[in-house]
Amino acid sequence: MEAFLQQVLTGLSTGGIYASVALAVVMIYKATHHVNFAQGEMAMFSTYIAWQLMAWGLPYWGAFFLTIAISFVGGVVIERTIIRPFERQDAVLAVVTVFIGILLVLNSLAGWIWEYTIKVFPSPFPAGAVFGGLVSGHQLGLLGVTLAMLLLVYVFFRYTPLGLAMRAAAENPESSRLVGIRVSRMLALGWGLAGAIGAVAGMMVAPIVFLEPNMMLSILIYGFAGALLGGIDNPWGAVTGGFAVGVLENLMGAYVVGTDLKLTVALAVIVGVLLIKPSGLFGRTVVKRV
Amino acid sequence: MNTLLKSEAVAAGLPARAAPRERRWPLIGLAALLAAACLLPFFISNYRTFQFTLVLVNAIALLGINILTGYNGQISLGHGAFYALGAYTTAILIDQLGVPYWLTVPIAGAVCLVAGFLFGLPALRLHGLYLALATLALGVATPQLLKYKGIEEYTGGVQGIVILKPEAPFGLPLNPDQRLYFFSLTIMVLLFALARNLLRGRVGRAIVAIRDHPIAADAMGINSAMYKSLTFGVSAMYTGIAGALAAIAVQFVAPDSFAIGLSFAFLFGSVIGGIYSISGALYGALFLQFVPHLSEGISKAAPQAIFGVFLILFMFVMPAGIAGFVRLVSARAALRRRAGAQPAKGG
Repeated sequence: MEAFLQQVLTGLSTGGIYASVALAVVMIYKATHHVNFAQGEMAMFSTYIAWQLMAWGLPYWGAFFLTIAISFVGGVVIERTIIRPFERQDAVLAVVTVFIGILLVLNSLAGWIWEYTIKVFPSPFPAGAVFGGLVSGHQLGLLGVTLAMLLLVYVFFRYTPLGLAMRAAAENPESSRLVGIRVSRMLALGWGLAGAIGAVAGMMVAPIVFLEPNMMLSILIYGFAGALLGGIDNPWGAVTGGFAVGVLENLMGAYVVGTDLKLTVALAVIVGVLLIKPSGLFGRTVVKRV
Repeated sequence: MNTLLKSEAVAAGLPARAAPRERRWPLIGLAALLAAACLLPFFISNYRTFQFTLVLVNAIALLGINILTGYNGQISLGHGAFYALGAYTTAILIDQLGVPYWLTVPIAGAVCLVAGFLFGLPALRLHGLYLALATLALGVATPQLLKYKGIEEYTGGVQGIVILKPEAPFGLPLNPDQRLYFFSLTIMVLLFALARNLLRGRVGRAIVAIRDHPIAADAMGINSAMYKSLTFGVSAMYTGIAGALAAIAVQFVAPDSFAIGLSFAFLFGSVIGGIYSISGALYGALFLQFVPHLSEGISKAAPQAIFGVFLILFMFVMPAGIAGFVRLVSARAALRRRAGAQPAKGG
């Protein structure tokens, strides 16, 4: 029983990673109605920026907030320069291709600038273990940061006029334009926010998985699985889904399939959810008029 | 979908009937190309021959993507999985059962056809981005599945499988690299002819109709579920056959050569070559084989960066790829010829 509990707790703490990435995915989905395949690499790149800032002598929190600001600007710039021409068209293939292009460029750029060697990324939280050694201080901190981020996102989308405008712009661009929302600008803002959230997720993940250009790829898959499980348009669902995927992955790894098939669990979750309940556990079913 | 893409794609699938005299030229060009391809290995080194064999192999794989994504509109970011399946089928058949290499290729194709059809069934419920997502997960999980301990006895686990170069058939005066080249060339020509016939006829029109307007296609009585799953199967078969040929040519399969980068490379090759065409597969394969080699001198990361930049640039400038560009240029030239001929006739 204790071993089982241990597995669940470990699952919850890795689930925190997936939850934060899933949150970023949902964020950009709500703001742009795209699933951003480059999200993971954007987060990875932001983390490298933070690492570089610290290497230049900035204190942790200084680098932390500066990186968030840079990532916000970076997200906006990517939207304005690369994504914008594809805004008006409904060409899924073009959008997916461009996302993959961004992914490849960011990945290789990081490798080019910072080499492929693994780097240690510091954690702002105390290193000691809590709860009798079951969870490390960083894992608890990660949990707190994810929940805080979730609260901020929720409040932003639910209670601010800007958040409402962004949701409207993604939901129904035509009508939003008619009531005076600058849809294109909202999309850019959405990308900026996704960049910023991704940066936080990246900086929280890096102390656990270590910093290297390919660190986010499998995490992104788990993040997608979490987001889909919880419902791609629901931040709460995404976070719950992220934690659920973390626990599921760990339990399956410990008791059923063994550690070497963990990614396949994510694949099964993705395909399973999309087949059985495409809107996810907490998502809304979208009805489209033909 | 963008109207430009659509019209170019329709032109690719269903070209307007040209006058008989104008139709002869492409045929002559094709024959000349084939003759050149047959003579090529006698003028270049064995290593170059090997490289061109890989070009042929990649062209088959890319054609699989073009059929699925370009013509049918189902995005796959995980075709590396079917490539791996084909390669492993061949390797295991040769290594464990001693099946002659030429026989393993159709078997690998059949296995992938079935696997693709089966994956295509759940994929029916997924549209656009979601299908891309599910296939991306498939592509990322592939190396892990291949390393799985339960099947290590057959797959060789992380080590992979080494296979021997095939024996000479009927004592032809060709060295092993040249033999493999001609073997791949024959299969490629067959598969390209098959794709052309498939896509030009009723089936092809149905496939394109499903992409352009699924509801209208249903209303016209097209069984889109059947067609979509079958297209997935055929596409997987093409990519699987390519994987089988690659395994024979490289003589080695290992899980880590089928990482997600492979699936991205396929998408890249298809988009650059021209995803809405058959000939695009060949352009894409040439690009895929030779451009990374040229850029590797700059930096280890350079080929990938160039892939990414080209992907984005092509989406801006030439969404129909090199094949689309070639078609545009030749259409303009034909127009000019006709315009030039007109006043001469009148005066």
